Formats: sequence, structure tokens, C-alpha cells
Amino acid sequence: MSTPGQRVDARDRSASWKLRDRAGLGFAWFLGLLFCAIAASIVIYLLVQGLRYVRPELFVTQPAAGFTESSTGGFLDPLLGTFIVGLMAMAIAFPVGLGIGVWLSEYGRPFPLARAAEACVEMLAGLPSIVLALFGTLIFQSPALGFLSRQVGNGLVFGRSFFAAATMLSFIALPLVVASVREGLQAIPGHVREASYAVGKTRIATTRRVLLPAARPSVITGLMLGFGRVIGDTAIIVVLLGATLRFDGVGGVPVLGTLRGTGSTLTTYVFDNAPTGEGNQPTKAYAAAFVLLMIVLALNVGADIFTRKGRALRWST
Amino acid sequence: MEHLKPRPVRRLPIDPATPPAAAPAPASFAGAARRRAPASTFAVDRMQVDHVSIAYAGKPAVRDVSLPIRQGEVLALIGPSGCGKTTLLRSLNRLTELTRTATLEGAITLDGTEIARFEPTALRRRVTMVFQQPNPFPMSVFDNVAYVLREQAARRPRRRALEEKVREVLAHAGLLDEVADDLDHPALRLSGGQQQRLCIARALAAEPEVLLLDEPCSALDPQSTQVIEDLIVKLRDEVAVVIVTHNLQQAHRIADRVAFMYLGELVEYGTANQVFGSPREQRTKDYVSGAFG
Repeated sequence: MSTPGQRVDARDRSASWKLRDRAGLGFAWFLGLLFCAIAASIVIYLLVQGLRYVRPELFVTQPAAGFTESSTGGFLDPLLGTFIVGLMAMAIAFPVGLGIGVWLSEYGRPFPLARAAEACVEMLAGLPSIVLALFGTLIFQSPALGFLSRQVGNGLVFGRSFFAAATMLSFIALPLVVASVREGLQAIPGHVREASYAVGKTRIATTRRVLLPAARPSVITGLMLGFGRVIGDTAIIVVLLGATLRFDGVGGVPVLGTLRGTGSTLTTYVFDNAPTGEGNQPTKAYAAAFVLLMIVLALNVGADIFTRKGRALRWST
Repeated sequence: MEHLKPRPVRRLPIDPATPPAAAPAPASFAGAARRRAPASTFAVDRMQVDHVSIAYAGKPAVRDVSLPIRQGEVLALIGPSGCGKTTLLRSLNRLTELTRTATLEGAITLDGTEIARFEPTALRRRVTMVFQQPNPFPMSVFDNVAYVLREQAARRPRRRALEEKVREVLAHAGLLDEVADDLDHPALRLSGGQQQRLCIARALAAEPEVLLLDEPCSALDPQSTQVIEDLIVKLRDEVAVVIVTHNLQQAHRIADRVAFMYLGELVEYGTANQVFGSPREQRTKDYVSGAFG
């Protein structure tokens, strides 16, 4: 039999368990493998379908109206739209989230206000995006914000534009950014802060020069996860960006006109081209879904790498 | 399947008739090693702790402590865990103020000026501190020192202007020879002993009058400890050194003066030879002989 010091295999040990415990262990294994299988089958199915239908010219041709596969073009505009919307939303969510995260972690005063802010961020994280979208129409259809979208002659504001969509999407990314920043800062031991104070540095100097650089991997992780969430959202895009697959700019100014106008992203392109959608071009939908999946997977892998990098160089505890 | 049975607990035979031998009287400090340094030749008062009591949320941690801190001498604060020695140390550069519930009574002066009248950041550049865990900032060796030399969060003066000064500080802390080739080396990739010397270099970069060390060797191996002890003794002529230590041998090796604290009180303060060799108080005698701790 086994002697102390000899490594005992888990199976050997569970062999001595009660039947009920062994059944539980088996069930746990079954569930774990089942979920792996489900996740793998989704990814593999999309990979196979995507690789079958994805063609280089899809990336460089605009979508077009049509009934056949050859006449409906590619997804150049949705692909660009995805990046535009993602970058714009993160341009809002990142500085705001960084600020909130630093304040909650390093200052947190006055205490009741900090707790309230924390609760708000948590609530935001659980908010269905369609609710945010609806709220967005309320804001961006107000005449005062007409300059951010299309305005009709009689004062009616369209309320759909890249500005509107990106603003509301930033609320989706915000909780992720805040959580990552806080996590990164709180992983720094207190004596590191004190070491900075103990050579006469202020709290602000410490935060800027010591704490934020130390938390940089977490901050970048938050940025990537936020971007991934933003480009994966559909409800806000449908409601606030509109369903024109091509860019439909407003006014003559080149970039600003596009941002004021409507367009689409990969998610709404898939939505439109899915077998149940208006466009009904399933092969295009699969190709676009494949591209979207690849972008999101790459972001997640990237976030994972940065999280690991953050753990590599740490203080001994 | 055969199951493992717990092994019977081995017990040492105890004869109830013979009581355990009494601890030997501390005629001289038993574990004492050779002293690292000759006795200091001159000493001048820099700080004065005057009837200081510190409490956390009303619970006293330090009670009515008075002692001088002198340049030219190493002062060791010894005592069992929770006796208030670290709290006293942290109060010397007002780090206790970072704990919201901490209250301080009495007065601490630096060169005759009460430290409560200093701007905390200004005081902490004159009274710097090294911590128990080596905690270099997550940047290069160069930047760790340059951060202290620069104003708050400033990026200037530029690297070239600081290079000479940084090397000087690193040499001062006895680290330059090991890092001279690569000042851009990430500080967290240095060994523990090197990290701690970098922390000392950082603390010296502010050109302080008093250097506080909170168990600086407790996370280090004996060789690194020896290097740092030599460094501490070398520094005592230019800065007043206060070191908190759990290690009585260490206190004996490097300290000129020893303050023994117990339950927040300063029980005994005197030269190292007196406190270890012929303690006046029974509690000191018990502690340095290892009767409790």
C-alpha cells in the first residue's frame, strides 16, 4: 500500500470514497466535459462555416441590396463600423472608468458617495443593453443634441448616429474597465504605497508614478475586455446606429458626417443576414460571425496574456 | 482496498518527577555574535520623542515613551510582537497618520522643531523609511532612485542630468557594483537582498537626516543580512538610524543603543552592552535571555 511521501493518484484515493461521493465526482466530471463540448462545438462550427464562406473580397466590398449571394457584396462597412464604434466607445469609457476605478480604490472618500458610485457601476453591469438603447433614444432625440445625428427640417431629430451608439455602448464597457482598474490597484500591497509616501511623495504622485504603472497589465486587460464587449453588442447598434448596412453620412464634412450618420457593425450585419433576418444571406452571416468571433477571441487571449504578465513581476508577500 | 491508518503520535518520555531545567541566568547575552562595528565615537541628538502615546481607535499601542534619536548611533527597538515598536517607528515620519483611527499625544521633535509643524511630505524626505518586505517600485533600478530625486510626479530633470547622482546614491548603498552594467534592469528581478539595498538607496536618495528601518532583514537570507548590517553600521555617522528588529542577535551586532518595549511601554533604554549584558529590569532580563518573546 502507499507509504507517506509517495504520490497517490486521485483515482486511487476516490476509490475509497462513499458511493454517493463517487457519483458526485462523476457528475462533476460529466458537467465539466459537457460544457467544454458545448463551447468547443460552437467555436468549431463557426470556424468550419466561417472558413468555408469567408473570402478576401468580402473584407473590401461594401454591402449591397440583392437577392443572390453574388449581388449582396461584402462587409467592408460593418467591419469598419465595428472598429469605429469600439474605439469611440472606449475613448469615452476608458478615461471615465480609469478615473472611477482610481478614485474608488485609492480615495473612496466621502465614504457614502463611494459606496453609491460602486452600487451604480454594479447596477450598470447588470443592465440589459436594450434598456440602455431605449434610454439613448430619449437623450439623442432631444433637439439640443441634434448636431450629433440627422436633423429634419421641422426640428425632428433622428437620434441615430455613431455618436449616439458609442456613447451608450461606453456604459457597457465602463463596469469592466472600473473592475479591472480596481482589481489591479488593490493587488498592490499597502507597503508599496507607504514606501512612496515615506520618501515624501504625495498621494497623486504615488498614484501616477507607482500605482498606475504597476497596475498597467490590469488596465490594459480592462481595455481589451471592454472593447470586446462593445463590439459584441447588438441591441444598442440596432436602435441607435440604425440598420443601414452602408455608411449613410450626414452633411458634407468627411469624417464628422459619417459619425453623425447611420451605419452598421458586424453584429447587425449578422443580425440582418441571418436565415431569419431581412437580408437572409446565411453564408455572409457565417463569414461575418467568424470574423467577429476571431476579433473577440484575439482580444480575450490578449487580455489573458496581460493578466499573466501582471502576475509575473510581483512583490514577495 | 486497504486504507491508510493514521500513525500513532510519537511522544517524548516525560518523567513527572524531574521538572524541566530552569533557564540559565542571562549573565551575558548568550547568543551574542561578534559586534560588527567599534563603539561610536560621537553622537548628536537629532530627534527627541517626548512623552508620546499612540492609540488606534482608543486602544493604546504606545504609552508615554520618551527617548532621543541620535546621529552617530544605531538605535534598535526590540520587543515582542505587538509591543508598539513599529507604531513608534512609523510615528517618527508621521506614517501613522495614514491610519485614520490613530491618535498621537506628546511631542516628537526633529532638530528642535515639532514634526507636527512640518508639511508631511517635507518631513518624510528628512525622515525616510525602509520596510520589512523589499518593495522596489515596478520600474527600472535607475527609475527607482530617480523617482525620489525628482519633484513629486515630475519627469524632469532628464535621465542624463540625473545619471551621476543616481550612481552616487547606488554606490552609497553598496549596490552600484552589482547593477552598474544595467541600470535599466527591472528592480523586481533583483534578488531579495539587492532589492532591499535598492530600497535603502531610495531612502538615502532623499538625503534624510534620520533613516527608519522596519525589520529590514527579516525576509532575507543570512548573507544578504550581513551585507545590509554592514551598510547600516556604515551609515550611522551621516544619518541617525533607528531599526526595529525581532532578532536580538542582530540588535546586539549593530546597535549602539537599545530600547526594549513591552506592551506599549518603554521598559528599558540604554547602550547595547548594558541592555544585553546587565539589564536593570526583570522583564528585559527575561526577554533577552529568551524566557518569552
